[in-house]
Amino acid sequence: MTPNLTTDEIKSLILRILGEIAPEADLASIKPDISFRDQLDIDSVDFLNFAIALHEELRVEIPEADYPKLATLNGCIEYLTAQRQTSQR
Amino acid sequence: MKEMTLVSSLQRYRCWKEKQPMVWNTIIKSRRDWSIIPHLHDYGQARAAFSWDKARRELEGLPGGQGLNIAHEAVDRHAAGPLGDHLAMRWLGKTGKVQDYTFGRLRELTNRFANVLRGLGVTTGDRVYVLAGRIPPLYIAALGTLKNRSVFCPLFSAFGPEPICARLAIGQAKVLVTTESLYQRKVAGSRSSLPHLEHVLLVGDDYKSADVPGTQDYRRLMEDASEKFTIGPTDPEDVALLHFTSGTTGTPKGAVHVHNAVVAHHITGKLALDFHKDDIFWCTADPGWVTGTSYGIIAPLTNGITSIVDEGDFDAERWYGILQDQKVSVWYTAPTALRMMMKAGTDLVRKYNLSALRFLASVGEPLNPEAVVWGQQAFGRPFHDNWWQTETGGIMIANYAAMDIRPGSMGRPLPGIDAAIVRKTQGDGGIDGGVEVIQEPDVQGELALRPGWPSMFRAYWNEPERYKQCFVGGFYLTGDLAKRDKDGYLWFVGRADDVIKTSGHLIGPFEVESVLIEHKAVAEAGVIGKPDPVAMEVVKAFVSLRDGYEPTPALQRELLGFARARLGTVVAPKEIEFLPTLPKTRSGKIMRRLLKARELGLPEGDTSTLESES
Repeated sequence: MTPNLTTDEIKSLILRILGEIAPEADLASIKPDISFRDQLDIDSVDFLNFAIALHEELRVEIPEADYPKLATLNGCIEYLTAQRQTSQR
Repeated sequence: MKEMTLVSSLQRYRCWKEKQPMVWNTIIKSRRDWSIIPHLHDYGQARAAFSWDKARRELEGLPGGQGLNIAHEAVDRHAAGPLGDHLAMRWLGKTGKVQDYTFGRLRELTNRFANVLRGLGVTTGDRVYVLAGRIPPLYIAALGTLKNRSVFCPLFSAFGPEPICARLAIGQAKVLVTTESLYQRKVAGSRSSLPHLEHVLLVGDDYKSADVPGTQDYRRLMEDASEKFTIGPTDPEDVALLHFTSGTTGTPKGAVHVHNAVVAHHITGKLALDFHKDDIFWCTADPGWVTGTSYGIIAPLTNGITSIVDEGDFDAERWYGILQDQKVSVWYTAPTALRMMMKAGTDLVRKYNLSALRFLASVGEPLNPEAVVWGQQAFGRPFHDNWWQTETGGIMIANYAAMDIRPGSMGRPLPGIDAAIVRKTQGDGGIDGGVEVIQEPDVQGELALRPGWPSMFRAYWNEPERYKQCFVGGFYLTGDLAKRDKDGYLWFVGRADDVIKTSGHLIGPFEVESVLIEHKAVAEAGVIGKPDPVAMEVVKAFVSLRDGYEPTPALQRELLGFARARLGTVVAPKEIEFLPTLPKTRSGKIMRRLLKARELGLPEGDTSTLESES
């Protein structure tokens, strides 16, 4: 388990991973409540790689059934924060 | 050049998990499995009795013996008969909107679009391209174009600007129908290099009017057009569809199909997908690829059934919801989506009532046995894999509804289709000779088809030489390697060339390499398909750098972004690896197969399965 991360740190981690998968994307203009797929050119394989990278970097379990919760930036932050808290207990 | 076997990514895929069994039990069908008797239930009898002339007689033809037109068979003949008020297409928008189109309504709208084209001076044989997500104007434009006897060419909306521009230029598009945002992002920049492109019709984002210089507003043109249109005389051999596909070398190839293809679209819908009256059919493919046109538009309509179109992208829960709520009875989807559903597990799917589902089929790349069997666990029915390609225009080989399934097999040739496994023979002096048919079972060779079915491609657009090369010794050579077992089941082995199969799409390595070497840091690029448990293969690029550039992670990211922005996500590499130099033949050709062998971890120096130096 990585040390406690603030919301901002989780957010910048998400954006860094996205930037590695889709370096052409303009991450500064991402709208936090619109799905990544509706504003960036990413396909299903990209999204899978994104979920795997989140799992590896944050050391949290992300069951496949929960992938839809990762669709937006805010959704990601909320989900990952909650998962980290659960697994810390 | 010697034809050799290649490393089979499928075999590799099958060994992905060491634990999995390598022998799969045949799935035996019995009468109890059928809620309705399949159209194709006695294979031998159906093959013996089949003729394409008979299949043609299931269609109507244009009134007064004026020929055969796809749009008449798909729309007008039903609109004029008892199915006029029947639901032809139900469109599900991304955000929950629903739009219903009866055959009658579809006739009016497609008539309007045909009149729009006529008003613009677009005529027989002119190419009308559509670049859009799965929105109703795409479907209306496709069918309206066919009514006007112009040539419909779909482009996948996830292509980047370069693949789009190349395809518009090769086919000399006269008209492009697209959306405002796709136009701005992907076409406007190359407009000046497309002198043949006279008309761009824009569908405004969120269905508002589009007001962009150099374009016209689709909605206004449609409103002003008449809803009456009579299809002119259409020779069955008139060109109807242009579908781009990829080869190992050179530019994308435009496979040309004619109106007569509708005979195959229609009958394969019946025989391979088992369409029955009152079926609700969902083909999840995008019309940017041939499946989404032949079976996402044409075949369900000619068969007079209801077709579901979903604008949204893959999402397991969304899809189960659609299957349940729309009471889908026949479902045609792709292995990549299935494997993603498998990852989400069976608990999720069991929450849905999928009792309307009767027949499940899959295409795009070989369906691995565990996915076939997973269908039984998740849906109570196995998936039926079938095989065909852009050039064949329709399903050629299938696991049909009544057939016992050998998981992993692509099935058997449909009635009217003669398939063989062949090997090339050397002619005198090393010149390419003919082919010989391999009669022994379980021996690998190239999958070949006897020409003569109606949806066979008639040309590669403006490339007669490339077309000619596909036919040897009285066969069309598919480029796929396969085996036939002693009972006539066919098994996919791999590609005979370097074309990459990813998420059901064919990607030509040359198109990717060409863009990479445009970057100032890149000296050489070699692109392969890297085996992947979900997408079958993903595009991987090996790159060597020019002097003065260092292989840093920052440069790797820059190249990835560069390729994605130009090629689009579907074509661009997912992975880039730097090498000091790339392996080449003496003539300087990059040996992709050696790159692939290294990627697969074959023993160093083992090139026995690789293409020999030419």
